[in-house]
Amino acid sequence: MSELIQKKRELMNKQAPEQITGKLIAVEGLDGSGKSTQIYLVKRWLELEGYKLFFTEWNSSVIVKNATKKGKKRQLLTPTTFCLIHATDFCDRYERQVLPLLRAGYIVLADRYMFTAFARDAVRGCNRRWVRNLYSFALKPDITFYFRVPLEVSLGRILKGRPKLKYFEAGMDLGLSNDPYESFRIFQGRISDEYDKMVSEFGFKAVDATQPINVQQAEVRRTITESIDLAEYRWSVKR
Amino acid sequence: MSTKKFYGDGLPGVHLEELQGQLIVIEGADGSGRSTQIAMLKDWLERKGYAIVDTGLKRSTLVSQDLQEAKQGNVLTHTTMSLFYATDFADQLENKIIPALRAGFIVLADRYIYTLTARDIVRGADPEWVRSLYGIALIPDIIFYLCVSPKQLVERNFQKNATLDYWESGMDCGLSRDMFDSFIKYQRLMQAEFKRMETEYGFEAIDGNRSRRAICNEIQAKIEAMLGAA
Repeated sequence: MSELIQKKRELMNKQAPEQITGKLIAVEGLDGSGKSTQIYLVKRWLELEGYKLFFTEWNSSVIVKNATKKGKKRQLLTPTTFCLIHATDFCDRYERQVLPLLRAGYIVLADRYMFTAFARDAVRGCNRRWVRNLYSFALKPDITFYFRVPLEVSLGRILKGRPKLKYFEAGMDLGLSNDPYESFRIFQGRISDEYDKMVSEFGFKAVDATQPINVQQAEVRRTITESIDLAEYRWSVKR
Repeated sequence: MSTKKFYGDGLPGVHLEELQGQLIVIEGADGSGRSTQIAMLKDWLERKGYAIVDTGLKRSTLVSQDLQEAKQGNVLTHTTMSLFYATDFADQLENKIIPALRAGFIVLADRYIYTLTARDIVRGADPEWVRSLYGIALIPDIIFYLCVSPKQLVERNFQKNATLDYWESGMDCGLSRDMFDSFIKYQRLMQAEFKRMETEYGFEAIDGNRSRRAICNEIQAKIEAMLGAA
């Protein structure tokens, strides 16, 4: 019997790296750092060049969506359940799409990856080691771009239009301030500190996000071309 | 009363010294008599003047409904399911169990992290990962494990529903295409895992093949001793 468990475990657990032929590229950064624009441009570039490509974004699993939505709307979430529900969402996308596609030799682009959780959950008071272990089932990206921007710039970009900030988005659950804008400022500042600490821990490729969009994009494309042999990711069958 | 502890890293914002109540857990498979015992214990304790809160798996406001739907559709992979259950557990731990303990209640938990842990491990999860995941859990004051032979379990499940549950039969594990066969194999695997956990977590193993009265007497005596010591 224990033999059977052992066998199943071997089958299901982490794939040996040599079985993963795909490449995983993630972008991270504060709200308003411009990372979604940059990953979109990478996606367009690789698509138009004809590579096997898949794009995934944070917090988008259909199955877990209802629970997440309900929790946020009714403010039912604690730091721990907030963390776990996002990990569930991540895992659903990871196990059903990201990992199978990486094994099938795709380039997977992720708009936010586990580091978003590491930053946010740590700011909310979850134990850093616990959160990192929670996500230990997932592969680390081949390249993680970190769009670094001074806090005032990203805040300016987001708050310029005085948008209606959502409760959790503004970090209101932390009780930092009763004013959503003030709360958002403090919250983003702390997230920024967490990101900065992770740059060396996870080897982020930091990009100066105050540069013009096309200049950043050129740098991003150069990094990708230098570290990935893109020719291997062309469709072998003409479509 | 000694201060409560967490299994691992614990939960942010909880002051353990404030938790004055007791946490009693009853574990066992479907058909092991858990709910019968909990009902009897609740009556007994309330008669003695203790305030009771009962809790169980898949009862959180946050995700229980979605979890139920996901189980119907068989659409989630194993790790996702583990995390979904962990979310459900954490929600109840923070919003039900801990507040009740803070208010000095006795919490009767119809299953706890052990069933969740055993299910994950039988399905091939990394035991270290699961252990860390449930490092958020409070260590109960006492844990009863109702051990019933798989054959008895089959009989009781048939008596109750005339059918075996898909998940309790471990049909997602590919042990056998025959449901009856799969049920027996799966329950054996679960029991082996519980056996292993018995020493690790200090279960009070209760022979659940006996009459409900006999089982209840044994459990009550142990709880009495625990409350006396408290």
